[in-house]
Amino acid sequence: MRINDVILRTVARIVVFIILTFGVELFLSGHNNPGGGFIGGLVLSSAFVLLYLVNDIETVRKGIPFDFKKIAAFGVLLAVGTGFGSVLFGEHFLTQAFGHFHLPIFGITELSTVVLFEAGVALTVVGVVVTIILTISEDV
Amino acid sequence: MTITLSIFIPFLAAIFIPFIYKRIQNRHIGWFVIIVPIALFIFLASFIPSIANGSTYMHTIRWIDSAGIHFATYLDGLSLIFALLITGVGSLVILYSIYYLSERESLGRFYVYLLLFMGAMLGVVLSDNLMMLYVFWELTSISSFLLIAFWYHRKKSRYGAQKSMLITVSGGIAMLAGFIMLQSLTGSFSVREIVATIGQYTDEPLFLWAMLLVLLGAFTKSAQFPFHIWLPDAMEAPTPVSAYLHSATMVKAGIYLVARFTPIFGGEAVWFYTVSGVGLFTLLVGSFNAVKQTDLKALLAYSTVSQLGLVMSLFGLGSVALQHGYSPDSVIYTQATFAALFHLINHSTFKGALFMVVGIVDHELGTRDIRRLGGLMAFMPITFTIALIGSFSMAGLPPFNGFLSKEMFFEALVNARNLEVFSTGTVGTLFLVVAWIASVFTFVYSMIIVFQTFFGEFHPERVEKPSSEASFGMLVAPSVLAIFVVGIFFFPNVVGNYLLRPAMTAIYPSFAGAEGLVPHIKAWHGFNPALWMTIGVIILGTILYKLIKYWRGVYTIAPLRWNLDTAFNAGLTWLEGGSHFITRMYMKGYLKDYLVYIFTFFIVAVGGSILWTGSYSFDFTDNSPIAINEFLIVLAMAGAALAMIFAKSRMTAIILNGVLGYSIALLFVVFRAPDLALTQTVVETVTTALFLLCFYFLPEWKKERSARKTKIMNGIIALSAGTIVTVLALAVQGNKMFESISVYFEDAYLLAGGKNIVNTILGDFRAFDTMLEVVVLFIAGIGVFTLIKLKTGKEDKDIEDQ
Repeated sequence: MRINDVILRTVARIVVFIILTFGVELFLSGHNNPGGGFIGGLVLSSAFVLLYLVNDIETVRKGIPFDFKKIAAFGVLLAVGTGFGSVLFGEHFLTQAFGHFHLPIFGITELSTVVLFEAGVALTVVGVVVTIILTISEDV
Repeated sequence: MTITLSIFIPFLAAIFIPFIYKRIQNRHIGWFVIIVPIALFIFLASFIPSIANGSTYMHTIRWIDSAGIHFATYLDGLSLIFALLITGVGSLVILYSIYYLSERESLGRFYVYLLLFMGAMLGVVLSDNLMMLYVFWELTSISSFLLIAFWYHRKKSRYGAQKSMLITVSGGIAMLAGFIMLQSLTGSFSVREIVATIGQYTDEPLFLWAMLLVLLGAFTKSAQFPFHIWLPDAMEAPTPVSAYLHSATMVKAGIYLVARFTPIFGGEAVWFYTVSGVGLFTLLVGSFNAVKQTDLKALLAYSTVSQLGLVMSLFGLGSVALQHGYSPDSVIYTQATFAALFHLINHSTFKGALFMVVGIVDHELGTRDIRRLGGLMAFMPITFTIALIGSFSMAGLPPFNGFLSKEMFFEALVNARNLEVFSTGTVGTLFLVVAWIASVFTFVYSMIIVFQTFFGEFHPERVEKPSSEASFGMLVAPSVLAIFVVGIFFFPNVVGNYLLRPAMTAIYPSFAGAEGLVPHIKAWHGFNPALWMTIGVIILGTILYKLIKYWRGVYTIAPLRWNLDTAFNAGLTWLEGGSHFITRMYMKGYLKDYLVYIFTFFIVAVGGSILWTGSYSFDFTDNSPIAINEFLIVLAMAGAALAMIFAKSRMTAIILNGVLGYSIALLFVVFRAPDLALTQTVVETVTTALFLLCFYFLPEWKKERSARKTKIMNGIIALSAGTIVTVLALAVQGNKMFESISVYFEDAYLLAGGKNIVNTILGDFRAFDTMLEVVVLFIAGIGVFTLIKLKTGKEDKDIEDQ
């Protein structure tokens, strides 16, 4: 699927980066503000979808040589794996921990294992959405 | 902790096998795999002294407290015997398979399955929690399925694999139901806790059902009549697998279960009659059928069935001792259980050796049909010796371990005749006769293995390959087992004291330390009834063997030929036809029809329950006033929805659908739910992109020409579905039936360290939901991928029957 539209292509080049940044921002701010793994993942995948819409699949594949199925699988493993992480410390499955740490540049920062879990969610969403859209479009 | 780890080690090893297999092409991967069972065997064997002194090991990883499901392992005498068999026979089988399977086979797959099985089987015998036991139990069925179908291009392999899977898994599900009943009776999934508290629940009606269902699981797994039909078909598996799973370990899982549950159900009349009756009948059916087999492996399969029946019946007889608890008189009945455990070990040694011998014959000569074999003794002296030891032990002849346990079996039956509980007078005699007849047949087929295969004349033209003795490596494993067969005969009390004593204590906790619980095993104890029975077996068996061609005709008598396999196949065909018919009735292939089903169900279920509970009273008093902008948004949505019905092109419909989605997002903004609004917006965007993609595949947008009646019907369904959703929404608002659970989340910042309560719910409080949703999403993605990529016709090669 390739749409030969100069305006769209030019705009997309910039917009994709804005969307990607926004996606990461949403993902990171999810703990205290609107956002989170699911939305972040969806926004990221919409950026990829836009890329595929504007350029053809082969070109994008050269630029982003990931197998999105593997990304999805990795995401699921990460989400389930973090659940087992707490088991190793004698806690219940999927118990999340957090704490406040003093980091050199950021000052006092809250670090939480839920980020890993959410990262798993985000990666799964990105992987699955892009996989579905790519498979359907390749079937044409 | 280390015991828990030993369950995981085979699984971990199985993960790494494919990677090692990729690297090492020129060497047999079996050499790497064999390290696992040997190490585990040594590790487990190091527990023998302390277990023999009466200690047990328990380790629990707490998992789901609310459901009582924990990862709990428990090592006592009983589980130790099985664990040693699993790892010990496992090591030998892998050693044997290294020489048996050529490097052209897909060995990576084979050893992954084998390790998977080993881990699952260790899990079964080391679990204390019933749910854990169940999961591992089914995992053994699955790995057995994979191993039977290892040569999946053969039709027979696939048939055998499917049959064994269907039978053992349905038994497993019955067992699960039994476990749940036990849990609802006693409130615990832990075997040890159930054993401790079961005494007060034996009069409950559920108790009997739980017992029968658990037995169903045990009987299907251990191939007891009438479920034994899967075992002969499972012989399509490679011979090392048959030796390991289908004679030494997996089929003994059912026996393990019976032994483990003896302290729970033992002492009940139903348990006694079912276990010993089914066991003895299986013993008879198995040995009788074994005689007529011409395929050596099928013969061994039926012989395994019958030997499993023997062990099973002994456990049934032994359970009587628990009827009145400990007393000096009841100890004598525990000897049946002792004999069962002893025969279990002996059977693993001689049957494992025999399977390997048959594998050698098959490997070297290309056939295992006894009509084509004969005279192999001349050039296979070592194989012959092993076969002789194994068969004579199976027949119950001295100086082999089978003699000892067979004698104890007869003794237990003689004791059972004097049994005063459960009014067994005549039944006890019947048991004795059945067992004796079955032993005669056992003797006959044991002789067939030895004499028809190794004696007589050798006809080179009847076999497929030039013949010679097997390679040294292939003979090692059966030789080790044969040495055990002889060794146990001469030193039976080593086994008795170190392995059987703690196992007996595990089965009879109330008898611990009692005099006579662990009898001194003697090869010679004078001319007692048991010895006379053995002598009778030998005399009659020899006569029957000599005259076999005169009485072989009995197998063609009609009632004996009506077999269960035909019934099973007919049942399967009927089931397939029936479900095909039913599925055809409603699967029309039109999305429209499916929507009608879904909505009709929704209307009936939800609408019905709203009417039933009368929860359609609305309460608007607490509602906040509706602002003008909210009205406008809803109006736009209603307009879009109505317009969609009359849309002329699909593009318009998609855009109108988008209007609906984005308006909902707008509503979320108005109601200050930024997370939902964000999600809704992005989902809507991606969905629209997907819609546009699918454009190509959708059929032409045309006016539907359906009958007026259908249209009216559809209209009614649509209207009622909409009404019910509206009523539901209003009713939820108006009726507070339950306490709100939002109080749990109010301290989100304190409990989960997050200020965004939505995300703390998603990632912390209800993380389990999120995790499963992610998994479902992934499955859906893989589903879409496979459905599109692997469409029929794209597959180039068709692997089918040979």
